[in-house]
Amino acid sequence: MNNFEYKQAEDIATAINLISEQDNTKFLAGGTNLLDLWKYNLTNPSGLVDINRIHGLAEIKELSNGGVRLGANFKNADTAYHPIIENKYPLLSKAILAGASAQIRNMASNGGNLLQRTRCYYFYDPDVPCNKRNPGSGCPAKEGYNRIHAILGTSDHCIAVFPSDMCVALAALNALVNVEGAEGKRTIAFADFHRLPGDRPDLDNNLKPGELITSIDLPDKGFAQNYSYLKLRDRHSYAFALVSVATALELDGEMIKDARIALGGVAHKPWRSTEAENFLRGKSANESNFAAAADIILQDAKGYGHNDFKIALAKKAIIRNGLMALNPQSQLPGAKPSA
Amino acid sequence: MRSETQNLNHLKQGDCTVNLTVNGEQKILQVQPWVSLLDGLRDHLNLTGTKKGCDHGQCGACTIICDDKRILSCLTLAVMKNGSEITTVEGIAHGNELHPIQQAFIDHDAFQCGYCTPGQLCSAIGLIKEGKAQTREEVKELMSGNLCRCGANIGIIDAIMEVKAGGGHE
Repeated sequence: MNNFEYKQAEDIATAINLISEQDNTKFLAGGTNLLDLWKYNLTNPSGLVDINRIHGLAEIKELSNGGVRLGANFKNADTAYHPIIENKYPLLSKAILAGASAQIRNMASNGGNLLQRTRCYYFYDPDVPCNKRNPGSGCPAKEGYNRIHAILGTSDHCIAVFPSDMCVALAALNALVNVEGAEGKRTIAFADFHRLPGDRPDLDNNLKPGELITSIDLPDKGFAQNYSYLKLRDRHSYAFALVSVATALELDGEMIKDARIALGGVAHKPWRSTEAENFLRGKSANESNFAAAADIILQDAKGYGHNDFKIALAKKAIIRNGLMALNPQSQLPGAKPSA
Repeated sequence: MRSETQNLNHLKQGDCTVNLTVNGEQKILQVQPWVSLLDGLRDHLNLTGTKKGCDHGQCGACTIICDDKRILSCLTLAVMKNGSEITTVEGIAHGNELHPIQQAFIDHDAFQCGYCTPGQLCSAIGLIKEGKAQTREEVKELMSGNLCRCGANIGIIDAIMEVKAGGGHE
């Protein structure tokens, strides 16, 4: 790691001022991804603004509209185990607990979870080209070893996937991201927060330089009756998803009133398909309808060789997770088949 | 630009002062901001019980307890933890009396080479304190951040289950 200037901010305004004073300065929250990248020489900030002591950012509170506000500095583990989240947004709780390890969840902040960088092997190897790390240098993943890579929303420039589990649930729940920068505050719909690679894979999201995530709002609707998070990976725990699915259903008897399906591990952002969700509305919650929805979600899926299996795996995962959402108690920690 | 850089380099010269309570003792670290909590403990306080395995948050060998929570000291900067209370493997026994989890590790043959053991012990104490793991499956899941390349995992889980059954909080 290079040396750098360390500053602490006691409030949001100071943090935003400090970050704009000096080029190549980053906010420091949990540090779990930042320090890892730094040790691999993939990022070299000249300064850090530690936001851990900012008052009010590490809270969780209920909103007057029935929703819940998650402070950006509130920890992933504290969020997952919080009674409000366990009871009202169990899908989010399950998704968080499917990610990382107990230690990392104790450290990682909710805001930082949104800003994780890809785990693409080529991105992580500074000796090879990568359009995300070094724009214009090329993407060896397309013709290389791409077992973990994207099947949806890819571009000629990048086939990396976004690694978060928490964000897959946040996408399904239509969360809102509150940010603050030198130009003021704004709120970004979760679907608009992360971006597809296009010809600018160096940009993971639509945050402007110097903007700070202050909180994440969950709408009132928590789908606590019928939900499931399924994460399929190479080992049973503590591994990134090959395919993950967050399913949330609102049922009227056997009929689906509302459906949300978000996929992780398959694209540069959590993947939603409005078309598939619209298809499910008014239909029976059964295997054949979940299969038809999966076909809609995956109609434009494209494999790159080693990751071709993800298309079939995603279809099966969408179907199985739909069925598990009918009986959330059938979920088990990790990816073991339900009993 | 150049003068800014020089100015910055000037500012970098000073060490940061970090006040910690480590295993019940007040400690003052004078370190550069890039020093990890792990290196601060090992190289500056000579507490080499906490191990550096991968140094990237993948193995759990550096697990310590910070303000009652198990965390990875390799992915933490020492300066972030100014004012914190830290327990390392050196601080879990009471004098010559082993912590119940240490005795259970011995009884269940829960290590071979021992390199991951300090992290496993601190992680197990954190897990028991959190109180979220009830079943053996849940203990396995919530200990997945600590790798053991000798394959002593079955003994490790046995040891934790025994201490949990004994209501072993401390």
